Amino acid sequence: MSERSSAILEVKDLSVAYATPRGAVRALAHVDLTVPRGEIVGIVGESGCGKTTLISAVLRLLPGNAAVTGGSILFNGREVLAMNDAELRRLRGGGIAMVFQDPMTALNPVLSIGRLMTDVQFREQRSTPEKQVAAIAMLRRVGIPDAESRLDDYPHQFSGGMRQRIAIAMALLTNPSLLIADEPTTALDVTMEAQIIHLLRALRRDFAGSILFISHNLGLIAELCDRVAVMYAGEVVESGPVGALFHNPGHPYTQALLRCDPARIERRTAELPTIPGEVPNLLVPPTGCVFADRCPDTIERCRTTVPVPVSLGPDHQARCIRIDNAAAA
Amino acid sequence: MQPLLEVENLTVRFRIMGLVRQLLVATSRPWVEAVASVSFNLAPASTLALVGESGSGKTTLGRALIGLVQPSGGRVRFEGADLPDRSAVAWKRWRRQMAMMFQDPVGSLSPRLTVRALIAEPLAIHGAGPQDLGAEARRLLGLVGLPADIGGRFPHELSGGQARRVGVARALSLNPRLVIADEPTAGLDVSVQGEVLNLMSRLQQELGLAYLLITHNLAMVRHVSDRLAVMYLGRLVETGPTDEIFIRPAHPYTHALLAAQPQPDPDRRRLTVELTGEVPSLRNRPPACEFHTRCPFAQPICREEAPELRDIGPERKARCHFPLASG
Repeated sequence: MSERSSAILEVKDLSVAYATPRGAVRALAHVDLTVPRGEIVGIVGESGCGKTTLISAVLRLLPGNAAVTGGSILFNGREVLAMNDAELRRLRGGGIAMVFQDPMTALNPVLSIGRLMTDVQFREQRSTPEKQVAAIAMLRRVGIPDAESRLDDYPHQFSGGMRQRIAIAMALLTNPSLLIADEPTTALDVTMEAQIIHLLRALRRDFAGSILFISHNLGLIAELCDRVAVMYAGEVVESGPVGALFHNPGHPYTQALLRCDPARIERRTAELPTIPGEVPNLLVPPTGCVFADRCPDTIERCRTTVPVPVSLGPDHQARCIRIDNAAAA
Repeated sequence: MQPLLEVENLTVRFRIMGLVRQLLVATSRPWVEAVASVSFNLAPASTLALVGESGSGKTTLGRALIGLVQPSGGRVRFEGADLPDRSAVAWKRWRRQMAMMFQDPVGSLSPRLTVRALIAEPLAIHGAGPQDLGAEARRLLGLVGLPADIGGRFPHELSGGQARRVGVARALSLNPRLVIADEPTAGLDVSVQGEVLNLMSRLQQELGLAYLLITHNLAMVRHVSDRLAVMYLGRLVETGPTDEIFIRPAHPYTHALLAAQPQPDPDRRRLTVELTGEVPSLRNRPPACEFHTRCPFAQPICREEAPELRDIGPERKARCHFPLASG
């Protein structure tokens, strides 16, 4: 599966900067990310780590003050950064579909579900009744009971969980090769969340699609993903198969993140672990490792040397110079 | 020991139709019961967590306790004294004893006030505290672990964690005995979540505070609360010591909530979904046991007879005909 040609999405050495009145903010630095065909890849990281910038770059939806300063994005072997407008429309309307965080604002409130679901099929050579049949079939597939009778209902007539199912159904109707889900369950309750995760897993099986799943919830990543990339301050600090990364995290940030998750602490504790310090100011990015200021094991060289990815196992890498040292010692 | 807070059959109803409509559809219940006859006690310097899904009435209950929502029935006593019914003047003295931390850390702070003014605001309103409010604001900032120079900033210049700390400082400014914290960690990153919770438990020890935590984050509840109360459709369905409920939940709903928590371990993926369907609407409460529509263990009696919240062991109660764990 790790052959280059088998990847649906390949981001290589991507760097993005935002121009702000106070100077350039380095939002992404040398990001590598591969989504193999048919796999679910998770991106995990705290707020401000560049998750949203990364997917905006993949869809070429970066705001006007952002500039790609280096790297490439290959979708299906084609360079996204070199696409013209027509190609971009095909990419966004057919190649990649997106499910957003908030299902209420993602659906147009003044159009009925039936209208939304037929409109999204505008590329298909089908008659409107056929599109309706396809819409009903897809709504059934994502678990909307009584789909036929609900086509005339509007988004506000559905609950949050149902709306997110509808958003997923709409995304799948375009027959995408890659589904990007940006925190799709943050607005939902745990019991709904479990149902949506279950649904995504079933859909991957049925449609053999690839999913890029963005979350800050380690539990969801562990439940759903095959591979995971951990982002911190605009860099992918560690990536690998989900089992290897959770059982044998290499980067101190991944280790700290796993340690902080209260769900992983089996015994009741009075003092919860934290990561002391603050994320670095990306107006003046650190010269060495981005995590050096908060890392418990920082050595002098961490502040001067930019760490390169070190291999920890098959497909498992982390950007930390201490790993190299430990292996050499 | 006398409980700090005693809640007895507290009920909150929201009208959902006007008088005309009520006459037209000829109903005797023109309301929904967001909180339905809830009773519990809270001991001084302890933490009770109120958990449940959205719409279960936990926020409404919290707001009713502090007089922001008018209860329709029931009784609330604070240190043995009844809380006033509706008079804002009478409430004022109680508001010094009980403080509230609202859900959205940044949104609950006025964008036009500096941090210093925000923290001094309760003191000014109540005419409490020392003459020098600036110095008191600095003391409170120190108490919640914020640098004094943050006092001149506006809420939009704060990170989520800092804004939450300002919320804690505001809640503590009048030296309350009880803090009602509505989703204190929602929207915060895991590393910051830990900081806020550690701060809250440190302050609890130093100042002898009691907390009523309103949350849906069960992973965090386990570490910070002494007792747990689980709500479903405005009713308590299970109460008891947190540790025991986590080990042996008695109500099928509690069991399902715990099982729905994502496990951060790729080797322990859950391949089944225990709880299907959605929370029913308050307008159409299911008859008898209100959980029977989603309960995997429902029996005929569950559709016919409503269970009471009854003792199932020392300190433990559950509203179920067939509790999963007893005694």
